[in-house]
Amino acid sequence: MQMNTDYAKIERRSLFRRRTGKAVTYFLLTLWALIVLFPFYWMLLTSVKSYGAYNAEYVPAFFTLSPTFENYHTAFTAVPLARYFTNTLIFTLVTTAVMLVVIVLAAFAFARLEFKGKNLLFTLFLSLMMIPTELVVITNFQTITNLGMRNTFAGLILPSVTSVFYIYLLKENFEQIPEELYKAAQVDGTGDFKYLLKVMIPISQPTIVTIVILKIIECWNSYVWPRLITDDPMYFLVSNGIQEIRENGFGRENIPAMMAAVVVISVPLIVLFLIFRKKVMAGVSRGGTKG
Amino acid sequence: MLKKNLKAWLYLLPALLFLGAFMVYPLIDVFVYSLEEGYNSASQTYHGVGLFNYSYVLHDPYFLQAVKNTFILVIITVPLSTILALFISLGLNSIQPLRHAYQTIYFLPYVTNTLAVGLVFMVLFKKTPYSEGMVNLLINWFGGQSVDFIDGPYWAKMFVLCFYTIWVVLPFKVLILTSALASVDENLYKAARLDNTPKWRMFTRITLPMISPMIFYLVITGFIGAFKAYSDAVALFGTDLNAAGMNTIVGYVYDMLYGNSGGYPSFASAAALILFAIVLTITCINLLISKKHVHH
Repeated sequence: MQMNTDYAKIERRSLFRRRTGKAVTYFLLTLWALIVLFPFYWMLLTSVKSYGAYNAEYVPAFFTLSPTFENYHTAFTAVPLARYFTNTLIFTLVTTAVMLVVIVLAAFAFARLEFKGKNLLFTLFLSLMMIPTELVVITNFQTITNLGMRNTFAGLILPSVTSVFYIYLLKENFEQIPEELYKAAQVDGTGDFKYLLKVMIPISQPTIVTIVILKIIECWNSYVWPRLITDDPMYFLVSNGIQEIRENGFGRENIPAMMAAVVVISVPLIVLFLIFRKKVMAGVSRGGTKG
Repeated sequence: MLKKNLKAWLYLLPALLFLGAFMVYPLIDVFVYSLEEGYNSASQTYHGVGLFNYSYVLHDPYFLQAVKNTFILVIITVPLSTILALFISLGLNSIQPLRHAYQTIYFLPYVTNTLAVGLVFMVLFKKTPYSEGMVNLLINWFGGQSVDFIDGPYWAKMFVLCFYTIWVVLPFKVLILTSALASVDENLYKAARLDNTPKWRMFTRITLPMISPMIFYLVITGFIGAFKAYSDAVALFGTDLNAAGMNTIVGYVYDMLYGNSGGYPSFASAAALILFAIVLTITCINLLISKKHVHH
């Protein structure tokens, strides 16, 4: 009898310990979640406070009872936010599209075509992966400037339409497609290009989608190159646009309008992420880095 | 065969053109620039060849400040973010309900524009004559003194920069470590439980060795990424980082190239190559250490 109660006691104690462990885990995870979410909450909140109300708060208020959308109106009328937005959209779409063509062709050549020096060339390609952009940006800046392509879309787009890493990723994927398919297509008289379009691209669609998503994130957030290559606000992207807004926008420091602009800039990628959550996370863990 | 060769090169042509023009040529050119003394951007002339650019950069107080800032940032954020990510991933892996919700939230900073959200951090930490700011409000609640984190003392600014950097880099690390933890063979834990192995021992003897390759991968990429820090600092302190005393090495390179203090591609090249040498050295050291300690 004595033994039994002891067992019950031990069991209860271990259950208790497991439960407190769980509770502490949830508490800490929630704490970090709050730290992550708080800036987002703050920008939404500030963006709906009126300019007068915001500046009257010596102690910042955690909520507002009279939300207003006037800041969004200011953000779109006082600075060319719509322009920055469209520019970024054009930049992102064109860069991603051109890059896809370039890397699909190159990956196909490495995966399926035979030519002299293939292995040597591929090794050279791979070694280029180690080159940090900071090293090449200086000359690229000079090249684009000398070509008179500052403040043009061509100047913005051209240096970022190839990625050795994505060529590598896609080549690996193309190689997994059974070679018999290719042989069969050749027997049928299907040309290489048609085969690439009709067979390889559809089969590799998941990898291509991953690459597209990663490239879109990269383009939407790119700051350094756009800042170097544009000084005409007509060609600003959202990143240097927001920096411009911070330094000279809205006449006086209008934090609520600034936050409205930040919301407008942040929403597209967050929506994209929430729709393609699984794909984005799988893609990033396969090929993303940041920082 | 010749026709076949030709066709392959045709497929490769766009990639080769772009890589040649914007990767290979600049790579050679950056060395050339860094050796051309007294290069003039406007007339594209120079008056000598030598190591003067390197010596100038290494004696420039702005560069030394940038090196100091970058090293402090690296030394603080890389270990801290990796350890924090490890704890978060362990927590995530030990729960079932709400796990996906937490994962989604933790990932959000990855898909946000660094410049835009940096502005929110600036607002949160800034102290103005009209308002103490959100963070100072918290500090006051706990009985502390208000500090201006954006225009105030050096360590306050460094704290915000480190905090924001960690906030930005954590999503990637948490993602990688969570999937690494999930892929550890469940049978190893079962066997250990049968032997009544204590939890801490299970962690150091099973979990840590099994995920050590991923931890080292994160440390290596973390070092490389942190040495290239720039846009986080711009987001918090504005484009004139030298005036704020918060410049980074990459920031110094761009300031030399362009902007009010710009027009000196030679100095920029020398600084970029010094940065590359530092990163290469650190990466090699990391690889050597990882060879010794990583379980494969």
